[in-house]
Amino acid sequence: MTMNPTPALLTRRRLVLASTSLTALTLMQPALANTDELAQAVSAYAAGKKVTEGKVKLEIAELVDNGNVVPITVSVSSPMTAANHVKAIAVFNEKNPQRETVKFDLGPRYGKSEVSTRIRLATTQKLVAVAHMSDGTFWSHTVEVIVTIAACIEGED
Amino acid sequence: MARTLINAPKTAKRGEVIEIRATIGHPMETGFRPDENGKILPRNIIKKFSCRYNGELVFSAEMFSAVSANPYLAFHTLATESGTLTLTWEGDNGFSQTETISLSVVA
Repeated sequence: MTMNPTPALLTRRRLVLASTSLTALTLMQPALANTDELAQAVSAYAAGKKVTEGKVKLEIAELVDNGNVVPITVSVSSPMTAANHVKAIAVFNEKNPQRETVKFDLGPRYGKSEVSTRIRLATTQKLVAVAHMSDGTFWSHTVEVIVTIAACIEGED
Repeated sequence: MARTLINAPKTAKRGEVIEIRATIGHPMETGFRPDENGKILPRNIIKKFSCRYNGELVFSAEMFSAVSANPYLAFHTLATESGTLTLTWEGDNGFSQTETISLSVVA
């Protein structure tokens, strides 16, 4: 049997070094991946078309106390006529298990381009509301929210 | 049958935009949450909501696990003629429920 020539100390040091760089990597990767996934989800929804910031307003509390029930309202500046109206609205999140949050289909008979619901937020993150207009353009609004009590805590209820 | 709470005006003027608020009792189990034994609870959510006005689709929503328990929706429609609004919720495990409300439109 051959003896390992490396002193024990060095191996340990290497191990520590290796493990710190590993944790740094694993810590960084999900954050990057999530932002990418969010951008991908938005561009998939827009079928690759340009999504312009504006026209849409996503109303949500900046500081969320309870991530289980977060009221949101999405409004879009649109005359809501047969010729010019909002066809659909979608909301995407950055750090929940799934990027899709909720999607709405509207129409010229909808009358007022505003819709409200209540969502769950797993953690402090970005939210994007996207509106699909009848002329084929896509508009968005990005909001950052701070969540103090997250949804998805074990044993809720 | 799940309990529902629908809030909408009974009468409206023609051309007026009315707001309809609807809630349904449903756990909206995400499918990402473990139970006390660490086993993931199977997903049980409402996936689709639609509102038909005298048969014509005026609003629909696609819901995901990120929608809160007892899903609440507030939406609008243009009052055009008297009739019935049909609200339908559909989801996992064959969940389906329909509620109707009537609206009378005055000139």
